[in-house]
Amino acid sequence: MGRYFRRKLLIYLLTFFVAVTLDWCIPRFMPGNPIDILISRAGLRGSAVQSMYDYYMGVFGLDLPVWKQYLNFWASLFKGDLGISIYLFPTPVTKVIARAIPYDLFLLIPSILLSWIIGNNFGAFAARSKRLDNSLLPISYILSATPYMWLGILLAWAFCIVVRIFPLAGGYSFAMKPNFSLAFIGSLLSHWVLPFLSLFIVQLGGWAIGMRNMIIYELESDYSHYLKALGMPNKLIRKYAFNNAILPQITGLALKLGEVVAGALATEVVFAYPGIGYLILQAIHNEDYFLLQGCFLFIIIGVLAANFIIDIVYLLVDPRIRAGMAGETA
Amino acid sequence: MTNASGKHEMLYFALRNTKLRVGISILLFFIVLTLIGPFLTPYEPDEFVTSGAFPPSSKFWLGTTTFGEDVFTQVVYGLRATFIVGIVGGGLGMLLGLLIGFTAGYWGGVVDEILNMFTNIILVIPTLAVLLIIAAYLKVRGIFVESLFIGFTCWPWVARAVRAQTFSLRAREFVDMARISGVKSYKIIFSEIAPNMMSYLLLVFILQFGGAILTAATLDFIGLGPTNTISLGLMMNMAVLWSALILGSWWWFIPPGLVITALVGALYITNVGLDEVFNPKLREM
Repeated sequence: MGRYFRRKLLIYLLTFFVAVTLDWCIPRFMPGNPIDILISRAGLRGSAVQSMYDYYMGVFGLDLPVWKQYLNFWASLFKGDLGISIYLFPTPVTKVIARAIPYDLFLLIPSILLSWIIGNNFGAFAARSKRLDNSLLPISYILSATPYMWLGILLAWAFCIVVRIFPLAGGYSFAMKPNFSLAFIGSLLSHWVLPFLSLFIVQLGGWAIGMRNMIIYELESDYSHYLKALGMPNKLIRKYAFNNAILPQITGLALKLGEVVAGALATEVVFAYPGIGYLILQAIHNEDYFLLQGCFLFIIIGVLAANFIIDIVYLLVDPRIRAGMAGETA
Repeated sequence: MTNASGKHEMLYFALRNTKLRVGISILLFFIVLTLIGPFLTPYEPDEFVTSGAFPPSSKFWLGTTTFGEDVFTQVVYGLRATFIVGIVGGGLGMLLGLLIGFTAGYWGGVVDEILNMFTNIILVIPTLAVLLIIAAYLKVRGIFVESLFIGFTCWPWVARAVRAQTFSLRAREFVDMARISGVKSYKIIFSEIAPNMMSYLLLVFILQFGGAILTAATLDFIGLGPTNTISLGLMMNMAVLWSALILGSWWWFIPPGLVITALVGALYITNVGLDEVFNPKLREM
């Protein structure tokens, strides 16, 4: 068990290191330079361009040797300093992102957990039942092939324009200021329903398909046949199959996180929902590279944290790893 | 059926498989549409053919955008971009995954430890997040560049799958035989190991193809798609940006998403169908 944890932790630390390095490298080694953009915005001419350029290079520490820039990047990262947002000047990037994160968590956690639970139960129920299999499976495949934003657009069109039940854009009514009144919470919820639904529905298909296949596989295995030969009730056999099939689905959850996060980013763009995805859109439109890099780092940290939690859950659920008999070599 | 054997048996089951028939038919339809589509429309994707948004009519089969561009023309040209991303992006991801998977699986030991660690690291980092910052720094983006970047980030799945398969095949007698007879390593991989997982590799490629298409659509939708051509994701991006929802121009945002869903869905269904054809255990279902 200790070995399992040490390995996982090592992977996560390395991943974080690689991610931060990427975050540092990409802006420096791509064509185009944020400083040039800053200067071209100022609309300067002649020698002012050069002196402004030198000034900015100094301010952002870009005139230092490359290795020193890299170390400085880490140092400021540990101080929680990701630079100043250009789009919301002069708010620090960390603050801009901290304001957006609750919306993301509120959207992602319920949609991931609910779709995982319901999808798995659906899939287990449909396995080996001819009629359900024939109706549920095609629907599941279509769902898992649907781009998140397209379902979002369809839902927005159906429920905001054709039938006016839900509001189209924002995290809460534009006429309100954030407070703890019932009306405000109601407004938050009504803005949350559609983005949540589009994430929830698309994920559902994948889990149902995965679980159905796993259950069929388990029902074909020796222990199921043995239990059947002993005359155990079908319900009990299926329960054992479910318990075994759920383990790969937990791993699957960790592997799918990146895709779901990407889906959430796109969905937030559709509904102008004030999470990280919407921030990224704004950052791109305003060429706010510090904000963009900050968003990237926060996404990575979020995904790593979620992976770690899933690992712990796996540990709690799978007795084999606890006993140190077998460990999925990370 | 009793005397049908080898390839004929495979073909027999392939033709009998409903999923495969449906999937392949949809795929063929889109391939044909991509190839002959440009001849069906007299317009260019970025040509302003009329003034404002009009619903589908006999003149504009799928209506027009707010700017007066023909939606059908954009879908047809967007499909071309979609296929390019699928083939180039998915293909490159496949090649990289094969290279790393074979190397790790065949040599094992330290090489495997390092490559596997590397694969796991890239696997955890959300692909789209990396693509976002890369694309944001490129001022001019072509469809090929986009495909290349997608290819460079989508290989870990393939590497993992290929590594596991190679591991199990490496220990077989015929591979040992080849090794004892002094066949070179790369030759063993390509003539002994790879042919035995051909069907599996085809399935992996199909999934890569679909995955690359969905990733590109998301990237385009966020506004980091190609800057010089039309794509299906870009169409949805434009539709949302220019309030097609509020104006009720459903013909602008429904077709591109529907085409992506149908295409990727067809790929998935083909994948399942092929799996049933290749794997006799699944056939009786």
